[in-house]
Amino acid sequence: MSAMNTQGRPTKPEASASSDTAPATFTGNRALHLEEKLIFEKDSAGRSGIDMPEPPKVVDRLGGLSRGEAVGLPGLSEPQVVRHYTRLSQKNYAIDAGLFPLGSCTMKHNPRLNERMARLPGFADLHPMQPESTIQGALQLMQQLSHWIMTLTGMPAVALSPGAGAHGELTGMAAIRAALEARGEAGKRRKVLVPDSAHGTNPATAAALGFEVAGIEEDSTGRVNLKAFEASLGDDVAAIMLTNPNTCGVFEYDIRRIADALHEAGGYFYCDGANFNAIVGRVRPGDLGIDAMHLNLHKTFSTPHGGGGPGSGPVVYSEALAPFAPVPRIQQNADGTLSLVEQAEGDAAQAFGRVKGFHGQMGMFVRALTYMLSHGADGLRQVAEDAVLNANYLKARLKSEFSLPYGDTGPCMHEVLFDDTFLKGTGVSTLDFSKAMIDEGFHPMTMYFPLVVHGAMLIEPTETETKNALDEFADSLLALAKAAKAGDSERFTQAPRFAPRRRLDETQAARKPVLRWQAG
Amino acid sequence: MRYLPLTPQDREAMLATIGAASIDDLFCDVPEAARLDGPVDLPSHAGEMAVERQMSRLALQNHAAGEGPCFLGAGAYRHHVPASVDYLIQRGEFLTAYTPYQPEIAQGTLQVLFEFQTQVAMLTGMEVANASMYDGATSCAEAVMMAARVTKRNKAVLSGNLHPHYRDTTETLCRMTDFPVSETAPHVAGADIDALIAAVDGSVGCVVVQYPDVFGHIADLTPLADACHAAGALMVVVCTEMVSLGALKPPGAMGADIVAGEGQSIGNALNFGGPYLGLFATRQKLVRQMPGRVCGETVDADGQRGYVLTLSTREQHIRREKATSNICTNSGLCALAFSIHMSLLGEAGLNRLAAWNHATAVQTAERLAGVPGVELLNPAFFNEFAVQLSKPAAGVVDALAEQGILAGVPASRLYPDQTDLANVLLVAATETVEPEDIESLALALTKELAA
Ligand SMILES: Cc1ncc(COP(=O)(O)O)c(C=O)c1O
Repeated sequence: MSAMNTQGRPTKPEASASSDTAPATFTGNRALHLEEKLIFEKDSAGRSGIDMPEPPKVVDRLGGLSRGEAVGLPGLSEPQVVRHYTRLSQKNYAIDAGLFPLGSCTMKHNPRLNERMARLPGFADLHPMQPESTIQGALQLMQQLSHWIMTLTGMPAVALSPGAGAHGELTGMAAIRAALEARGEAGKRRKVLVPDSAHGTNPATAAALGFEVAGIEEDSTGRVNLKAFEASLGDDVAAIMLTNPNTCGVFEYDIRRIADALHEAGGYFYCDGANFNAIVGRVRPGDLGIDAMHLNLHKTFSTPHGGGGPGSGPVVYSEALAPFAPVPRIQQNADGTLSLVEQAEGDAAQAFGRVKGFHGQMGMFVRALTYMLSHGADGLRQVAEDAVLNANYLKARLKSEFSLPYGDTGPCMHEVLFDDTFLKGTGVSTLDFSKAMIDEGFHPMTMYFPLVVHGAMLIEPTETETKNALDEFADSLLALAKAAKAGDSERFTQAPRFAPRRRLDETQAARKPVLRWQAG
Repeated sequence: MRYLPLTPQDREAMLATIGAASIDDLFCDVPEAARLDGPVDLPSHAGEMAVERQMSRLALQNHAAGEGPCFLGAGAYRHHVPASVDYLIQRGEFLTAYTPYQPEIAQGTLQVLFEFQTQVAMLTGMEVANASMYDGATSCAEAVMMAARVTKRNKAVLSGNLHPHYRDTTETLCRMTDFPVSETAPHVAGADIDALIAAVDGSVGCVVVQYPDVFGHIADLTPLADACHAAGALMVVVCTEMVSLGALKPPGAMGADIVAGEGQSIGNALNFGGPYLGLFATRQKLVRQMPGRVCGETVDADGQRGYVLTLSTREQHIRREKATSNICTNSGLCALAFSIHMSLLGEAGLNRLAAWNHATAVQTAERLAGVPGVELLNPAFFNEFAVQLSKPAAGVVDALAEQGILAGVPASRLYPDQTDLANVLLVAATETVEPEDIESLALALTKELAA
């Protein structure tokens, strides 16, 4: 090796000052932390990253509506564009890089086989309005996915079209509304019971359909307060929207009783199935007395979250609600071929309508079915078991330093909820604690949700983490908790220090919104 | 199971730490009657190769649009998607990130959204745009809801030339909330702006018009905007083919108050109808009534420029039942694909792409107009137009599909009750259509209509 060093090139680093006192760089970059301007601020010289020949000359038929003014886009070559987005991507944390314990979000590994399958030309290059004879494979895929979903949930009907979880809620609750209309009770039954711990989409959905939202408080274990629930039942109640396992991370053990009392009182049971990952293959919601429930394919069935979407939120229905399910539906013909039912007529005459263009998130259906086939019935059951095991393991590892808002009364499901009691008097908030986790190389847990718990920290590790990863995570969190209690508050209040950006001023962003780049 | 890393030894050790005798103990809160003791009745796990085989078999039972001539549009368009778009959106840092709730470690996604919002605003000629909705149809429904909040008038007028899926999606939501909606009749002979103007009065909150409309018609919307504004109503413009705005006067320049668009045709594959990309743009002064996530510029503690999700007091996670919409997950990755494609195109590329689309459509229309039994219905169009056939269009489409030609969308599929539209065929021609494709379509139509 020494032969390479004959030009005076030192090979051993000198003992150096700490990086904290390093001078600022001239570029603003810090090695792999590369600053990246907005695409509009890059030099722009009428280039394009796409080569197209001169189009054929025709007499234009734009009816005098030609766009006179420029759009204002910069002109860049392909390498410039690739570099821009590569640099931007490097400013993101992602599951591919590490543990992403966002409670309620089920950030599990996203298998790449799913991506490959979704890109098969027979799926990706299929127009939604092609004649039925040319899309039999696609309809079969949708039918197979429906079969898996109905079997796993123990429910007799499914609507695949909703775009995500909240849209599934809307699609489920709209069927409930249609069923009430058919009973002549839509005017009378306007109240929807929503536990205070529910996700914000639940009350927002109920309100979007014109229902009034009535909160229900939780009991001392984080579950629905049965007394409060029973007291609010009456002939004005349309439905309950209950998440199970709920957002406090526990199973609603009185769920059958809740369902029975509700049905007795003439209401319907909407279950928010965002947390299905905890029970998939082990419990069928159909055995719990529910009438409608959405699944987030982008949670339980691993379709990637993509930095905010897209998702897919199929809804399952009970016999009572099935006639009201929206169009489109899939129908088997006498000759064995499949058809799309796109109008609310015939067998679908009671359909409440349509919730989306075309037939749903096909790209997500392909990914989710690929995931289901990969796991099989046995693997999916293992998913639930390992997800619950991992969460309980973290709970066991962390509970000595963290605070359980409802005490240690029993196992949690796939996520564990802490509050900020353990931080009392330290000058460190849940937000500060989360930002310190960023410096330690972790994505923070869900914070300040559910709202019923002060300074909530909701941790969902998912089943795709190793024991080692969980131990590393737990060790870091314990060390942080001890540091907070020992008075090292600056570690928290000044965090993050090592991320691409320090804490951002959200107040300024909201007060004087700058929502786009402007020239000059 | 390749995706599940815990070993039996790990599980034992973890149960011991937890103090549970078995995994069943952790499910003790589930009512006993609802606990399944074994796997449900579905196949067992399978390796990559086996799954790939099974899925490929399904895929092969479809006729991919690219296998032959394709003239389908009606809200979904087959355009070329550059290779680098699909590569970049599959970078794990984009693909496997969540919604950017921790902005310090999500500046990549956030800057993309800020750039995306800017591109959408520029293209539509509007002041601001949000970070996306599920698709064009849900954007349209949300636009009508927003217009009602802004004008405090629960009444909407929908153009009969609005894509029927958009109409139905909007009407579903309106019906549930006792919100009267009226429609003008579909008008296949041209954009029926006069009928919409006639329907505007002081009780109407908004008028929804599509541009180019479902039959491909384009018309100056300024008179409609003037009529709306004089009556205190908003003009909502739906656009299902965003490439058109590379060639056409943008809705913002004609007085649109809200643009609800479908962004699929830039950067996104057909995907049999989803996931697609709802676009939503409006005026700055209405931004606090806008649905959906929005990204804004700010500074960090060191004064460096950065981006965050903002105006969240409109949203469900803060506002719950008072939120402007219940939307949470949107179409983030489709927005990224759109944005990358726009960046690759640039001003010159977008202009050229739009010019190609128009030129191809004009050539197609001219060729088809020469086929006996085909009558072109559009005085003006971008890359899609309607033709009247001498036979019901659905049968013709099926017959041509047998020959591997996707001839277009029969209007009867969208308007099954409208018998006067039974012979109408919607034909779209993008840059992917080649001269031989046009010839194949013309020859096959000639034969089929003569038969
Ligand atoms: C409990 C719960 N319900 C509903 C939703 C909404 O789902 P989506 O974001 O897919 O619309 C979420 C996800 O964020 C959730 O965690």
